[in-house]
Amino acid sequence: MDTEPRFFETNGPGTGGVVGQPLNRIDGYDKVTGKARYSAEFPQRGLAYGVLKGSEIAKGRIQSIDATAALKEPGVLAVLTHQNLPKLAKTPNDPEGKKAIGAPMGFLPLTSDVVHYAGQPVALIVADTFERATHAASLVRVQYAVEKPLASYLDPKAEIFNPEKVQDDKTKGYTRRGDARAALAAAPIKHTATYTHAINHHNPMEPGATTAVWEGPDRLTVYESTQGITRTQKSLATMLGLPQEQVRVVTKYLGGGFGCKGASWPHTVLTVQAAKAVNRPVKLALTRQQMFTGMGHREDQTQTLQIGATQEGKLLALVHEKTSTTSPWDNYAEPNSKIINLLYACPTFESSYQLARANVMTSTFTRAPGEAPGSFAIECSMDDLAAQLGIDPLEIRLRNYAEKDPTNGKPWSSKSLKQCYARGAELFGWSKRNPRNGATRDGKYLVGYGMATASYPVHNSQGTARVRLYADGHAVVQSGATDLGTGTYTVMTQVAADTLGITPDKVRFELGDSRLPTAPNSGGSVAGGTVSSSVYVAAQEVWQKLKKLAVADKKSPLYRAKLDDVMVEKNRLVLKSNKQKGEDFMALMKRNDLPDMEGTGNGKYGSGYEAAQAALNADPTKKDEAGEHSMHSFGAHFCEVHVDAELGTVRVTRWVSVHAAGRILNAKTARSQIIGGSIFGIGAALMEETFRDQTFARYTNASLGEYHIPVNADIPDMTVEFIDEHDPYINAMGVKGIGEISMVGVSAAVANAVFHATGKRIRELPITPDKVMGALAV
Amino acid sequence: MNNFSYTTTSTAKEATSARKDNAQSAFIAGGTTLLDLMKLNVEQHPQLVDINMVPFKGISETADGLRIGALERMSDVGENPLIVQQYPAISEALLLSASPQLRNMASIGGNLMQRTRCSYFRDTAFPCNKRNPGSGCPAQTGDNRGLAILGGSTACIATNPGDMAVALVALDAVVLLENSKGKQRRVPLLDFHLLPGTTPQRETVLEPDELIVAVTVPTAAHARKSHYVKVRDRASYAFALVSAAVGLDVQGGQIRSARIAMGSVGTKPWRALEAEKLLVGKPANEASFRAAAVAAVSGAAPREHNRFKVEMVQKTVVRALQEVAV
Repeated sequence: MDTEPRFFETNGPGTGGVVGQPLNRIDGYDKVTGKARYSAEFPQRGLAYGVLKGSEIAKGRIQSIDATAALKEPGVLAVLTHQNLPKLAKTPNDPEGKKAIGAPMGFLPLTSDVVHYAGQPVALIVADTFERATHAASLVRVQYAVEKPLASYLDPKAEIFNPEKVQDDKTKGYTRRGDARAALAAAPIKHTATYTHAINHHNPMEPGATTAVWEGPDRLTVYESTQGITRTQKSLATMLGLPQEQVRVVTKYLGGGFGCKGASWPHTVLTVQAAKAVNRPVKLALTRQQMFTGMGHREDQTQTLQIGATQEGKLLALVHEKTSTTSPWDNYAEPNSKIINLLYACPTFESSYQLARANVMTSTFTRAPGEAPGSFAIECSMDDLAAQLGIDPLEIRLRNYAEKDPTNGKPWSSKSLKQCYARGAELFGWSKRNPRNGATRDGKYLVGYGMATASYPVHNSQGTARVRLYADGHAVVQSGATDLGTGTYTVMTQVAADTLGITPDKVRFELGDSRLPTAPNSGGSVAGGTVSSSVYVAAQEVWQKLKKLAVADKKSPLYRAKLDDVMVEKNRLVLKSNKQKGEDFMALMKRNDLPDMEGTGNGKYGSGYEAAQAALNADPTKKDEAGEHSMHSFGAHFCEVHVDAELGTVRVTRWVSVHAAGRILNAKTARSQIIGGSIFGIGAALMEETFRDQTFARYTNASLGEYHIPVNADIPDMTVEFIDEHDPYINAMGVKGIGEISMVGVSAAVANAVFHATGKRIRELPITPDKVMGALAV
Repeated sequence: MNNFSYTTTSTAKEATSARKDNAQSAFIAGGTTLLDLMKLNVEQHPQLVDINMVPFKGISETADGLRIGALERMSDVGENPLIVQQYPAISEALLLSASPQLRNMASIGGNLMQRTRCSYFRDTAFPCNKRNPGSGCPAQTGDNRGLAILGGSTACIATNPGDMAVALVALDAVVLLENSKGKQRRVPLLDFHLLPGTTPQRETVLEPDELIVAVTVPTAAHARKSHYVKVRDRASYAFALVSAAVGLDVQGGQIRSARIAMGSVGTKPWRALEAEKLLVGKPANEASFRAAAVAAVSGAAPREHNRFKVEMVQKTVVRALQEVAV
């Protein structure tokens, strides 16, 4: 039975509550006026500037580094190399160290003379100004013993291997459910296709940046552009051999992250060591070019997907293979197979990962890691299958609708995908789609409609928040979360306001400091649900204390009432049986000479509001119901493209996304997030691609001039809606998170629209004009 | 970026003399290419001579055509009513270039001197014959998707990247130059840019002590009916994959004169003279345009990743001619 969170009864829509309302960003003014301080903008007395010098070669050894000329330049304080970097207590250079640090990469530059990848930092130059450090970096002369590098798994000399596990040991290299090969062989309908995905880079507007301040010999403050202050704190403490509490990490604002700020990359600890070496605070921001070799990327990859199906288009078998490039040390591959296993009812499944080592840095989570490219494969193949069988693409998805989680047989905690399909189709006008490919024309343009399913898991996570409610009616609410720019400040203010029965202007929500209660990384779409639930639970603790205070207070109208008979209505405690009888918290606290009241709360995955209520009432029978359910958000994208029939250019002309992701905390920021993710996906579909020269294993377009991300002219007005969905199992607030799902399926929806427009299937992303023109000519 | 000195000048004489005394110094107008390349350490100049105060301004109609001062900004030229009406291809090419911010800064003279976007040229970690003569050209077998199919050599296949120069070369523009002695000379834009040959480091006929004073474009019927089409990976703010500037004078369905130039396919803005000749006297229809387009790519030598340009630029030429013939 669904039990709504308490605040929702009293402060929900129609009752004056603000959760879900399209509140403007509370940090908007500070951002547009420049008042908001990003991590490279905290003034420090005696601040020095660090600049990294990257390796010009992709493989070899450093024979010598001549810093003489650089050190002679005015203002230059130090040139740090592998020969003089202050020693670290632990490095990620061995698997044990990597794990302890939580490093994204099993190698730290400036700890040996080996060069593994182009752009690998070989020196860090510190000077009193950024310009002097930059100039000095150009004067540092590095002699290399050059070896021939490997650029990717496509190199004929690359050795392809089958890893036991990929993605930092989180995903098995081989998985099977039933006998997919046999089912495939026996299937009346078969479809096989191979998909390639270009290297993509995250390219957040704000680059990676660190300001390191040693407050004492063993006390460090780091202003860091990170999605996870606790993870960074732990990483740095481990590498430096300091107790965790001696390291403070501050991230007040982020200019995007998209996964590349999910873990602590080499420049952070190198800046910390530079600050130690020069005994001054040091700031270092990666250049745009260095962002291509500084914080990971989405790896270059090929997927082959084989489908077996019935004549009616019902899936019988899915066999998925992925081959991709990884670094010399790590077995990283984003887990594409997970969504392929999950999305549709299919009795058998098999997946395997293959890797090849090359002279590249380790790839890393990039928005919807695994789900984004995985959905490209399954959603294009489903579209092909529909075309092959003469079934409408939406219909074939409904025929394979998974009523329960195919991977484990568990019921969904909630799933509103059918509603997403129906609403999306209605908004888009899907019924007007010409069933024939390549048959709709508008002047010189071929017109195509495409759609795709989206899904993303609700990841296991937990966090803590603290609420301090003041007798004057204000509240300070804190959690050590980060706001990537997506609206954490705003939505948590809304949640706090409603749970405390006060207006948002009376709430100050603080985040981004490791001194605050611990929150999870803002990644994997967990921040919204976990932090809001933490705030909710913390507020409930305050109300519990106030209830106890009221029933014991002779002057309270609630004196001697049973605790169970007292409920919260907005900012008042009232008797359930007689809501006229009660008082607001301000009166109660003032009378008792309490200036403030504090509560803390733990927001947990799987601790749905039934369980959250139960926890407060200490009823263990209602806990952990979550384990019985599979938790995912779902959605659908609909896309119209115009393809220039001669020149092959593709423009997305209409877009509809409908998602069901539990409770939506703010209609405006949520819409913006879905728009952003969809644009990210359109970029991956049509233009984003980092080229790695196959001889030099070095990127050739490491700039925003040549690495194309969509501009306004590429994007039409977008329609975004959410299905009202109540999930009692996920977490106290019933929030599933929307950061990643916004991108899942997007590239497939675009590719499917191109297929519908042209009758040509392009399976190599990005779908650039040359490929379309080439396909049309065949 | 290296340390450099900075001098402002207000006359052409001062500017050209400064450079005559120090050939390593550079003129700076908008700086939109120069500063990029200096930050990348691709160019290193001990001295920058700011010419923004030199009075090479004005967009005017002369007895025989159009005169654009070299220090006019791309945005002003692109939006100028005379150019919009009488030389539409020039306006279109300018307004499809770069971004409004860049167009507000970049000068016409500077735009003619814009250097290639070849990745190997712009990253000092790579060998590059243009940047470092004799070091080699990895683009021949590397990432050459954006590079030239016409006018290349084994030393260099770097594309001339601009839009405006394509429209100007199609419409027979002439570049007016002045040296430190105050002597002026007129060079047809067609001859202004050099083919790379074995000396890709030499990109124009400009002498070290010469400045671009102005660009002139003759009046012509085909200039009034001119058009620029640009194909690129995204809808705005991207260099062309291929582009075409065309002009047509059609009377009674028959072509009296034609102009065709192509961008991002040549090591210089690529005028297709043979294709133009083919069109004269022909009916203004698709068959004529296609035949001309085939002639326009004669001699194309594509590499592994830019093979598509041969076909794409032909289609772009046809598209441009069709649109202007309507």
